[in-house]
Order: sequence, then C-alpha cells, then structure tokens
Amino acid sequence: MTASILEITGLVKEYQPGKPVLRGIDLSIGAQGITAVIGPSGTGKSTLLRCINRLVEPTRGSIVMQGQDLARLRGSSLRAARRRIGMVFQEYNLVERLSVMENVLTGRLGYVPLWRAWLRKYPEADIARAFALLDAVGLPEHATRRADALSGGQRQRVGIARALMQSPALLLADEPTSSLDPKTAVEVMELMARLTGEAGVPVIVNIHNVELAKRFAVRIIGMTGGEVVFDGPPDAIENHHLRQIYGGEDWL
Amino acid sequence: MPSARAAFRPNWTARLGLLALAVYAVWATTQLGITGERLATGLGEAGRFLARMWPPNFARWELLLEGLLESLQIAVLSTALGILLSLPLGLMAARNLSPAWLSAPTRGFVALCRSLHYVIVAILFVKAIGFGALAGVAALTVASMGFIAKLFAEAIEEISMKQVEAVRASGASAPAVLLYGVLPQVASRFVGFCLYQLDSNLRNSTLVGIVGAGGIGGTLFAAFKRFDYDFVAAILLSIIALIFLAEVISGRVRAALQ
Repeated sequence: MTASILEITGLVKEYQPGKPVLRGIDLSIGAQGITAVIGPSGTGKSTLLRCINRLVEPTRGSIVMQGQDLARLRGSSLRAARRRIGMVFQEYNLVERLSVMENVLTGRLGYVPLWRAWLRKYPEADIARAFALLDAVGLPEHATRRADALSGGQRQRVGIARALMQSPALLLADEPTSSLDPKTAVEVMELMARLTGEAGVPVIVNIHNVELAKRFAVRIIGMTGGEVVFDGPPDAIENHHLRQIYGGEDWL
Repeated sequence: MPSARAAFRPNWTARLGLLALAVYAVWATTQLGITGERLATGLGEAGRFLARMWPPNFARWELLLEGLLESLQIAVLSTALGILLSLPLGLMAARNLSPAWLSAPTRGFVALCRSLHYVIVAILFVKAIGFGALAGVAALTVASMGFIAKLFAEAIEEISMKQVEAVRASGASAPAVLLYGVLPQVASRFVGFCLYQLDSNLRNSTLVGIVGAGGIGGTLFAAFKRFDYDFVAAILLSIIALIFLAEVISGRVRAALQ
C-alpha cells in the first residue's frame, strides 16, 4: 500500500435521521493520481466530496488527512484545512460579478488578511502565480474580464486555476465536465490531469462519463445506494460491474 | 347551440369583489356628504385661491433658499446614516445567511421602522428631542433604514449560494466570504436602492418641516398660515425644481452605473 492522503473510515451522512445517503464508507485515497468516483445520480457522490471539505456535515465517521480528523475540526482550524483542499464545481461556481483575476485570487482568501483581500493588495507572489496559472489554463488575456463574460469551458478553466491557487494538498472535483460539451469536457479533464500531475496533487473526481473516468483515472470507485460496490484500476471494470453500479443493462 | 365545455372558468370571486367595491364606493360618497353642490362651491374657492397665488413672489428668496438648503442637508444626512445602518441590518435580516434567532428579530425591527409614516415619526422625534433639523434627520433615517434594509435583505436572499459555497470552500473567513461571495452579487442593486431612497428623502425632507422638524416645510406652513399665497407658490415652484434636478442627476448616475 502506497502512502495515502486521505483515510475515510465508517463515514455516514443522514440528511434526515434514519435515511442515510452514505452508509459507512471506508476508503483510502492515494497520494498521487486521479481517483474517479462513478455512480448514478443521487447516490451520494457529491455528499461524499462535500463531507471531505465540510460543506456538508458528516453524521458519523472520520476523515483523516495529514494526521487531522477533518470531521472534528471547527472554526479557524477548519478554515486552515479547507484552504489545503481545492474544489472544482459542476457549474463552475465563479462569482460572476467579479473579474477573472479576482476569482482566481479567491483561492488565496484562506491565506491573506482581510484588509489585503478588501483593498485588492495581494502579495506580489500571489499575483504572479495567478497570472502563471491563467497562462497555464490557456486564458492569458482574460484577467480583467468579468467572469460572466466567459464561456462554460473558459469558466471551468478559471475554476481549476482558482482551486490550484490554494496550493492544495488535495483537489476535489464534483462533476467538473457535466455542464460542458464532449470536446470541451475532454480538454478540461486533460488540463486538470496535467496541472495536478505536475504539481503532484492527488484528485478525487465525481464523474458521470465512464469513458472519461477510464481514460484519466488511476483508480475507479463505483458507488450505488450510498455504498462502495467497486474499487479497482480502470481496466478491471467490466460490464457486470457497471450493471451492478447503475442497474439494468439495456443502456450498455 | 353553445358548447357544453367551458373554455374559461367563470371567476365569481372577482365579479362579486368588484360589485362589492362599487356598492361601497356609492355608500361612502353619501356618508361623506359629497354632493354636486359642494363640489361646485369647492371648485369656485379653488379658482380664487389659485388666482391669489399668481404671480409667485420671490422677494423673500433668502428665507426660501435657507429652507431649501436645510431640506437638502436633512435629505443627504438621513440617507447616508440610513445606508450605513442598513448594511448590517440587511445582512442580519437575510434568512439565507443569518440564523433564525437573529434574522427574525431584525426583520421585526425593520418592519417596525417602516410601519409608521415618516411624518408621524417626525412628530414623535420633535416631541422627544425638540424642534429643528435634528428631528427631521432622525425621522428620515428611521424611514430609510426600514426601506433600504428590507430591500437589501431581499436582494441577499436571491443570491446564488453556489458562488458563496465556492468562496467558503477556499477556506475564507466569514467576513471574507461576505466580501467576495455575497457583496459582489448585490452591490449594484444596493446602490440602486440608495439612489432611490435619496430621491424620496429629498421629497420627504420638504414635508417634515410642517411638523417642526426643520427644512423648507416650516417656511411653507408659515406662509400658508399668513395667507401669503404668492410666497407659497414661489416655495412650491422651488421644491418642484429641486426634485426635478435631483431626478435628472440620479438618472444620470444610474445610467453611468449600468
């Protein structure tokens, strides 16, 4: 077993008491590469990711990252943990009225004091890094444009730059390609795989597209009904696994 | 032969409601003694009154200008104070950001600010802190708070929480989330509310003087009581000019903000 970045043990989430969405998840996430989580809608993939950075409160269980149980953190120690976990969203979730540069620098809000953020007086190094990231995601000329002037693919590139701006130890991506056309989806996955590979940041990605998952992930986790039913390398996944994950077989 | 299927459902509630309204209007007219004869004498009086207003008399222009400037000061001060107080109140009253134990009493307080007409509030302040512009500023500040804080809270309740969630996920503190996730989404609407409130405070500040709370209203009321109708006309024309000017300026500002 290689070194792991995340140890999830007995994770349960009940939005309503007695109706668990996650039914005791045990997972160890490796410190490298992309882990893809596949499964039907409403099976708790998104809840699983949001429990890790505590946008959703876990009901039971532990999520240990770098010796800290994320499920127990509060206040400033929770914020300090969050800034080490980047997140990319299905609908990009950029602040539309802010410029591209301001959105990317949002990734530094966990690091810089409030007055600097307010007056836009970020440290030189942060600005330089933001420009470097915009170059890397292929948007070198867009820093001062407003986020709502961008196309979907461009927005998701800004979303990736924002997440990487946090200098994360782990990246969570919640259906990052589901709102994009097939070609842009592949481009965005390629970009995310390349940049996180270069930075050595492990990624957990929820994804609907099994082909994309197989193409980019080193490991695939199949979930159904709030439980893990498949866990293995991409080439080990077969039709009977997909039948078990998604149910039925006519679509295969 | 008419079709057996009705294409539109007959709305009996609306028909009965309209009928009731018509009946009540007729009954109320008889109760208030509004007759054709009364209307005719009234219109005759109005003609004589209008004749005495012409030509407007601007001889006491210093008094007029002093009153107008005081009204302007009351309007600007009360709007500025109202905006400052509305920012925290609006945030506290927004049900998507604040817990219920905070938002419910804040909404109650804001509703209270709005429940009494500003002239009544001005009378209360004149009784409490004495005659003069201070009472007018206080009364209009209360009215501004009630208006801006309510609209601001409603604007905040309509923001996209997804954008807020993304900022929270970056590890930002609560004030940083407000600064980067919430305020950018509502800033332009907030400026719009403030301009609108400045417009209406200008109008309102010309009236509070009638109850002794400072501004041109006091001068106007005194002129009425002395039957100086030509001076009254001068005051009214000046007020209309001031409001028109304010409308033009705020329209320009609004257009520039788009």
